[in-house]
Amino acid sequence: MLEIRDLHVSVGEREILKGLTLSVKAGEVAAIMGPNGTGKSTLSYVIAGREGYEATTGDVRLNGENILELDPAERAAKGVFLAFQYPVEIPGVATMTFLKAALNAQRRARGEPELQTPEFMKRVKEAAASLGIAQDMLRRPLNAGFSGGEKKRMEILQMALLQPRLAILDETDSGLDIDALRVVADGVNALRSPERAFIVITHYQRLLEYIRPDSVHVMAQGRIMRSGGPELALELEERGYQDYIAQEAA
Amino acid sequence: MAARQETVARVESIDVDAYKYGFSTDIESDKAPKGLNEDIVRFISAKKGEPQWLTDWRLDAYRRWLTMPEPRWARVHYPRIDFQDLYYYSAPKSTPGPKSLDEVDPELLRTYEKLGIPLREQEILAGVETRRVAVDAVFDSVSVATTFKAELAKAGVIFCPISEAVQTHPELVRKYLGSVVPVTDNFYATLNSAVFSDGSFVYVPKGVRCPMELSTYFRINEQNTGQFERTLIIADEGSYVSYLEGCTAPKRDENQLHAAVVELVALDDAEIKYSTVQNWYPGDSEGRGGIYNFVTKRGDCRGRNSHISWTQVETGSAITWKYPSCILRGDGSQGEFYSIAVSNGYQQVDSGTKMLHLGKNTKSRIISKGISAGRSQNTYRGQVSAHRKADGARNFTQCDSLLIGPNCGAHTVPYIESKNPSAQFEHEATTSKISEDQLFYAMQRGLSAEEATALIVNGFVRDVLQQLPMEFAVEAQKLISISLEGSVG
Repeated sequence: MLEIRDLHVSVGEREILKGLTLSVKAGEVAAIMGPNGTGKSTLSYVIAGREGYEATTGDVRLNGENILELDPAERAAKGVFLAFQYPVEIPGVATMTFLKAALNAQRRARGEPELQTPEFMKRVKEAAASLGIAQDMLRRPLNAGFSGGEKKRMEILQMALLQPRLAILDETDSGLDIDALRVVADGVNALRSPERAFIVITHYQRLLEYIRPDSVHVMAQGRIMRSGGPELALELEERGYQDYIAQEAA
Repeated sequence: MAARQETVARVESIDVDAYKYGFSTDIESDKAPKGLNEDIVRFISAKKGEPQWLTDWRLDAYRRWLTMPEPRWARVHYPRIDFQDLYYYSAPKSTPGPKSLDEVDPELLRTYEKLGIPLREQEILAGVETRRVAVDAVFDSVSVATTFKAELAKAGVIFCPISEAVQTHPELVRKYLGSVVPVTDNFYATLNSAVFSDGSFVYVPKGVRCPMELSTYFRINEQNTGQFERTLIIADEGSYVSYLEGCTAPKRDENQLHAAVVELVALDDAEIKYSTVQNWYPGDSEGRGGIYNFVTKRGDCRGRNSHISWTQVETGSAITWKYPSCILRGDGSQGEFYSIAVSNGYQQVDSGTKMLHLGKNTKSRIISKGISAGRSQNTYRGQVSAHRKADGARNFTQCDSLLIGPNCGAHTVPYIESKNPSAQFEHEATTSKISEDQLFYAMQRGLSAEEATALIVNGFVRDVLQQLPMEFAVEAQKLISISLEGSVG
């Protein structure tokens, strides 16, 4: 599904990703763990196509197609979804309006018919109910004045609605209490399928108790330093990232 | 969603100089000689067959105007206007006075058709679902057609060109003309008083709720011609009327002058809702051409518990200088001003309102949303004052500016003045930018840069759009998107 090869990315003058290679298969949940400031969010921005995060060498292929030249909307239509670490507030735009505009923009880009309001409402309401999101929240401006937990749940709601092929969760667990964490994890687990891949970026093993990864990758110094199975997360929990930081110093 | 889609399709289909109404109509016209002097004023008055009192009124205004300086306090810059280099009267040749729609030059009807303004009543009636709107169409200096007059007359509502009202209802015109905006009010209002050509007249009798929206559509066609229309609306006791105004002009390299005066009078318990969608030609992407829009609009809440509400969506004109105001004279009267002013390219906007609280327990509310893009400058200028006797006067002002791109400017200039200790005035102001975060977030969800900007801007102006009649709100939303075309990278 996703093939990243020898990716170098600079933001301004500074090189953040220094030859990152990663492969995620359809149906796989890949966890990326690592200390602060190693470029985990940069990786998610590069995959999603944020301006200012330019690849100098290497490529990012989604189902065989190099997506680095596409703009964020085109990538979204091809199934890339990023659950933001800090979801953005859009004042005055009702959540419902935003969701419908986004969904139909993607459908148009893929040459699919737009969803009419009744069908759309049905889907949103179902998704909202399963995530414990109240109806009146859907009428409020998107993310404006939402609590941290509400914002994260709204990200998962959008993911459920947009049905991406590749979903990247950027520290979705940060700032969540244990109940909210469980709701979010249930939302993600419900979307797991053989056609869909996830990249779960996190500091802590805690989230991975709820979302069981198929593979775990340790990221440091702008590279994937080590890859393994779920047991790697436990090892990291025990020993921390010092081994990798030490390597960096060496 | 259909409307948004259409917006996007329209935005994509137009080039940088996106003004859609820029065509001109080739029609023979009857013009006064170029320049301005007492003979020209008499010429205009004679063309309209006006009574002596009105000719004198115009001449008095003209003489006063000669002594007045051009205002320079607004935050707008333009070369000095040569008032002798303009035509002050231009009429399509084939319309000697009011006539039925069948006799209107088909070329004119086609022009309005192209503009999307329905002038044939039967066509409007055929579309059962659309709400009916009576239209007065003003082409350069004269009104060419007014629809639904007969039906309005049944309700007792008078809706006709002001030149016609001078003939048919001289007592009303004489009583109210200049009673809200005095002849000597300001440079452009005084000029308008001397040379005004046409415009709409509305009188809604006591206790009547006007059965349909009234609308005037202004079109400047002729080159080097100033348009000076005059609108007078009187809502008698306990009546209600909603009035819409729209305007466009051809693309021309020269600047054209538009100096209108609108006067509203609301008597006891009457309500007037006045909405404008102003889309005069704004000039090209280099800042060439465009309309100078120097307009005086004022409403007088003359009666107790009267209510006047101004709603405006301003996207056009090279320069806008306009402050629709309310004089809250009657006790318990209410004034409102809802405004969206969008500027792009090299446009300059200096607009706002005045709420003058004279009566007791008067209330006013101002919601202004300015959106600047390109190299434009957008100023909100507003005055709120409470007279010594205005016990319990209340005002709420909210003034928000949104900046798109690094080369535009937004400015807020509020004047607040209270001579009564019981008055309560609140003022809130914000300035924000469409952030890269917002754009990236919306695009990550699948929206194009244009769609994302349109959505964010529509969110920003939502409280004002809600004040517009439904059909106009949709139109205004599209207009805003088109005006901002090319403003995001």
